[in-house]
Amino acid sequence: MRKLLTRRSLITSAALGAGGLLSGCDALSRSPGFQNILASAEDANFLVQRALGDRMELASEYAIADLSPKFRANGTRDPGTPDYTASAAQGFADWQLRFTGLFTKPQNFSLSALQSMPQRTQITRHDCVEGWSAIGQWTGVPLKLLLDLAQLQGKAKFLVFHCADRLGGRPYYESIDLLDAFHPQTIMAHRLNGEAVPVENGAPLRLRVERQLGYKHAKYVTGIEAVATLDNIGSGKGGYWEDVADYEWYAGI
Amino acid sequence: MKIEMIETPQDKPVRHRLTTRFWHWINALCLLVLIMSGLTIFNAHPRLYWGEYGAVGDYAWAAVGSSETLGYVRVGETKIETTGFIGNWRDGNGKIQTWAFPGWATIPSYYSLAEGRRWHFFFAWVFSVGLAFFMIRSLFNRHVQRDLHIAREEWRPSHIWQDVKNHMRLRFPAPGTVNIYNILQKLSYIGVIFILLPLMIFTGLAMSPAMDANWPLLTDMFGGRQSARSIHFIGMFLLLVFFIVHMVTLLLAGPFKQTWAMISGGKREGAGYA
Repeated sequence: MRKLLTRRSLITSAALGAGGLLSGCDALSRSPGFQNILASAEDANFLVQRALGDRMELASEYAIADLSPKFRANGTRDPGTPDYTASAAQGFADWQLRFTGLFTKPQNFSLSALQSMPQRTQITRHDCVEGWSAIGQWTGVPLKLLLDLAQLQGKAKFLVFHCADRLGGRPYYESIDLLDAFHPQTIMAHRLNGEAVPVENGAPLRLRVERQLGYKHAKYVTGIEAVATLDNIGSGKGGYWEDVADYEWYAGI
Repeated sequence: MKIEMIETPQDKPVRHRLTTRFWHWINALCLLVLIMSGLTIFNAHPRLYWGEYGAVGDYAWAAVGSSETLGYVRVGETKIETTGFIGNWRDGNGKIQTWAFPGWATIPSYYSLAEGRRWHFFFAWVFSVGLAFFMIRSLFNRHVQRDLHIAREEWRPSHIWQDVKNHMRLRFPAPGTVNIYNILQKLSYIGVIFILLPLMIFTGLAMSPAMDANWPLLTDMFGGRQSARSIHFIGMFLLLVFFIVHMVTLLLAGPFKQTWAMISGGKREGAGYA
C-alpha cells in the first residue's frame, strides 16, 4: 500500500512537473533572449549547410513522370489589386521587372523581353515550411543573366524581391544573398508545367531559389532591389514571413 | 589483497558510467523537447505521404481530420474518432481548437511554427552531438562490448523465448543478483541507440532542401522527402513506445533505486531493468 501511494504521488508530481514544464516552455518561448539562444542553431544550420556543398551544388531534378498531378498553391492565390487584375486581363503584356538599388545599370525588363532571353527549364521539388512538397517543371531566365546586364555594385550584399501581392495589408517581399542569386537554378520563372504560370502560383513571374523552402520563392515579382543591408526593408528581417511570423531568413532546412 | 586497493577511480564498479548518465539525462530532455516541438511542426500539415511529393489533394496514407465538432485520425482507410484529444480539443481557456495535436503535447503549447522549429533544431543539434559523442565514447570505454554484446548462446530461440516469458510474467531477478542486461534489453538498446536514433537524424536531414542539394543520396535512400517525413514520424512513435516500456519496466524494477542509480552511478552488482 505504501508503495502504491508513492507511485501514485510520483505520477502526480510527474504530471504537475509536465504542466510546469509546459508553461515554462511557453514563457521561455516568448522570451527574446531565449529565442536568440534557440535561433543560434539556425545559424549553425546555415554555416554547416553552406560549408558542406561546393556552394553551387544543384538541387535534385526530376523527370516528367515525377510531376505532382496538381501543383499546390499557398499564400496569396490572387493579388486582386486593380493594377494586377488589369495587367492579368491583357496577359501581363505590360508587366515590368524593375532593377533598382545598387546596380551600375539599373533597368526594366518587360515580360516579353525576359521570354526572348536564354531560358532554363528544371523539374524540381518545392518544399513548404509546413511540410508538404510538390514537384513542378519551371521555365525562366537565369537570374545571373539579368544581374550580368544590370551589374551589381561592389557594396551590394542582398537582392530584395518586391511583389505585387499584399498579405494582411503588408506587401510581400523576400530576399536572398548573392550566393543564391548567382546559383544556376535560381531563375525568374514564367512557365509552370509548360504553361504560363497560373495566377495562384505567382503569375507572371516567380522567383525559384531551389535550395530553400517555399516562402523564399517570391510570387508576382515586380522588382529586384540590390541592397547592402536588409535593415531598411520592411521590418528588417529580410522577408514578409520573417517579419510577421519570425520564420528564419535562411530557409535551407 | 583487498579489491579496493587495485581500483582506480575510472574502474570504480558503478553500474552506469558518468558519460552514460550524463548522456541519458541530456537525451531524456532532448527526446521530450524534440517530440513536443516536432508535434508543433506536424500540426502545420497533419498529413503523411509516401514518395517525393505530397500536398493537399494528393493521397495521404495517414491524416488528422479536424472540424469544430469532430476530430479523427485516419490511417489508410481506417478512421478512428479522437474528438477531445486529436483534431478537436479544448485549450486552457476551454476554447475548442482544431489543430491536430493538443497544446499539452506541443512546444510551445500555442501554435507557432517558427518557434516550434527553433526549439526543434536547437535540441536536434544537442541531441546529434550528444549521440555522436556517446557512440564514440562507449565504443572506446568498451561499454558497448561489455554490456551490449550479445553472446552466441543468447541468440538461441529458446533463450530469447524464456526471456520473453519472463518479461510477460513480469518476473525480474531480484536487484543485486545479476550484472548484465538481458537479451531483450540488449536488443532494444542496440536497436534504439544504433538504428532508431541515427534514423531520426538522417530522416530529419533528408527533409531539408539544402541537404538535398548537398547530399542527394540521403533523400533518395528513404524514397523521397515525403517518405523521409513519414519515417521520421513513425520513428518518433517508436521512440514514444520505447519510452513507455522504459517507464513501465522502471516502475516494476523499483523507480527510486533505478532512477537514483542513473543519477549517482549506482552499484555494479545491481541489475538494470529499465
